[in-house]
Amino acid sequence: MPVIEFREALNQAMCEEMERDESIFLMGEEVGLYNGAYKVSKGMMDRFGARRVVDSPITENSFVGLGVGAANVGLRPIIEVMTFNFAIIALDQIINNAAKMRYMSGGQLKTPMVIRGPGGAAHNLACQHSQAIESFLVHTPGLKVVTPSTPYEGKGLLKSAIRDDNPVCFIESEVMYGMKGEVPEEEYLIPLGVSNKIRDGGDCTLVSYSKMIHVCMEAAQKLSEGDGVECDIIDLRTLRPLDMNPVYESIAKTNRVVIVTEAWPMCSMASEISSLVAEHVFDDLDAPPARVSSEDIPRPYASNLEHAASVTPEKVVQAVKKVCYLAD
Amino acid sequence: MATTSIAPATASSLPKEELLQAYREMLLIRRFEERMAQMYQQGKIGGFCHLYIGQEAVAVAAQHALRPDDYMITSYRDHAHPLVRGTDPMRCAAELFGKEAGVARGKGGSMHFFDVERNMYGGHGIVGGQIPVATGMAFASKYREEDRVTMCFFGEAAMNQGTFHESLNMASLWGLPVIYVCENNQYGMGTALERASAVTDLSRRTAGAYNIEGYAVDAMDFFATYELFKKCADKARQENRPTFIDAICYRFRGHSMSDPVHSHYRTKEEVEEMRKKDPIRVMVRHFDENGLYEEAFLKDVDKEVKEHVNDAVKRAVESPDPGLETRWEDVYTD
Repeated sequence: MPVIEFREALNQAMCEEMERDESIFLMGEEVGLYNGAYKVSKGMMDRFGARRVVDSPITENSFVGLGVGAANVGLRPIIEVMTFNFAIIALDQIINNAAKMRYMSGGQLKTPMVIRGPGGAAHNLACQHSQAIESFLVHTPGLKVVTPSTPYEGKGLLKSAIRDDNPVCFIESEVMYGMKGEVPEEEYLIPLGVSNKIRDGGDCTLVSYSKMIHVCMEAAQKLSEGDGVECDIIDLRTLRPLDMNPVYESIAKTNRVVIVTEAWPMCSMASEISSLVAEHVFDDLDAPPARVSSEDIPRPYASNLEHAASVTPEKVVQAVKKVCYLAD
Repeated sequence: MATTSIAPATASSLPKEELLQAYREMLLIRRFEERMAQMYQQGKIGGFCHLYIGQEAVAVAAQHALRPDDYMITSYRDHAHPLVRGTDPMRCAAELFGKEAGVARGKGGSMHFFDVERNMYGGHGIVGGQIPVATGMAFASKYREEDRVTMCFFGEAAMNQGTFHESLNMASLWGLPVIYVCENNQYGMGTALERASAVTDLSRRTAGAYNIEGYAVDAMDFFATYELFKKCADKARQENRPTFIDAICYRFRGHSMSDPVHSHYRTKEEVEEMRKKDPIRVMVRHFDENGLYEEAFLKDVDKEVKEHVNDAVKRAVESPDPGLETRWEDVYTD
């Protein structure tokens, strides 16, 4: 099976879908001539032309809004935001228009569009370029939110997102674009709204998504080797719709759960999952649900401060030990 | 880049029968909204309710300048646009009463009138929020090589939002078939144009900045407004060029039903003076001066329209509330 980078998997997903459906176009800053700020759209302007791969001015709120209008009359836009930090400028169009158009028209309109780009922190980018804002989006009914964790997942989920008739926020990761993984040559899709158990272990359940999955994997490895503690890991894949059944099934076995997200802890996916677990499988728990999140501060620049504020495998290990009553 | 001033009223290029239809539509908006104002005061309508009374010539001129397959999209002052497109007034009233038969199944209310079958794409509540959406609709028309035009309406206060400037830039850059119509009723809520805009000759704000031809028109005059809209629609259709129109009009009511006709921000005298330019009166005078229709006949038409509105309101009142289960519908599509 070919081993390719995450960015290439996403590129393949877009190219394959654009080949099969003329109504799909890609728009965003630097997506065309420059081949994409992170080279996700490399070669696409050459392949599909400037009509379908459109370099936009730096106008996030309005080119997202343009995507909404184009989608409402039957096109299927893929709108690239250079990072989701810049999508904050477009939150009006995302939340007030993309998410609401169907409901406020009484079901007359559809908004089949994908808003995609990297989210979360990279390295030394400081407050405005390093934030995981998925909670802002997940909060809003009418949106779907997808957070892939590997090249394989990225390709299969992006193809499904492009084919979905609802607005989908597809949050990638700057530090994952160069990550390599096996991606089959034959076509496949991964449905939205189906969580995936990616590691088996009987002692504790780790719930996460996107690049934090890799932090969880590293933590699970350390726990296995160092402490003989084995973790189930559930990759949520999509945050809305949210598939909690694999989480509940896992907790029925492990009786413990640690939720790992890069976002801040207040009103986050971690707090939501913690609450759902308490509501639905309280009796299965032998310890309170634990959360590992970025520290509740804007992200600092200095490497030592940044590292201290971040989610690390060590913090996850510590949280697992705590819910297993192996540490204070 | 040319910026033309207010065009004088001229003999219309529209046939006599179509002018009568336009007159009916002007009255339909007026009588519908007068009735809705009563219903609001009786507590039958909730939330915000922004009336179009005084601005009728804009929507009606648009309807006659556009083809039925052209797109319209507007702000929350949106009752007139579906009515001119032919939406059953019963469905408009039903929306205001929160009924299942409403144009948005009772989910939108006054600010969110949609009739996609008639190419009326809402009804948008965030000032300036619909301008990028309109630009995207025009983008789609060009992408598909259709000769459809998008007409995007907004108030003059929306011109101070970033979306206006961002959208005009893209529309000009990419040559999109869209007409940006500023329904300039001269007040953004209680703030007069000159208290919010550094340049008050609005059409001058687009020509130099975005290479978009800007025009101004006395939009209390249906005839002048129609001629300009037609010219801009042709330009969009034939040349894929956007235009901007400062449609200078006036609202005779408050910003919404919750505020008075005049208070600190404008005088009673000003409103009374502007009433002399009532677009319906201007139209009737035109008919009279050109020997088109007699006053007695026009009064009969008005009576018919009132009966039509009353019947629609009656049917809307009697129609069922939405089933409670419908609140979970239309969040997502399969």
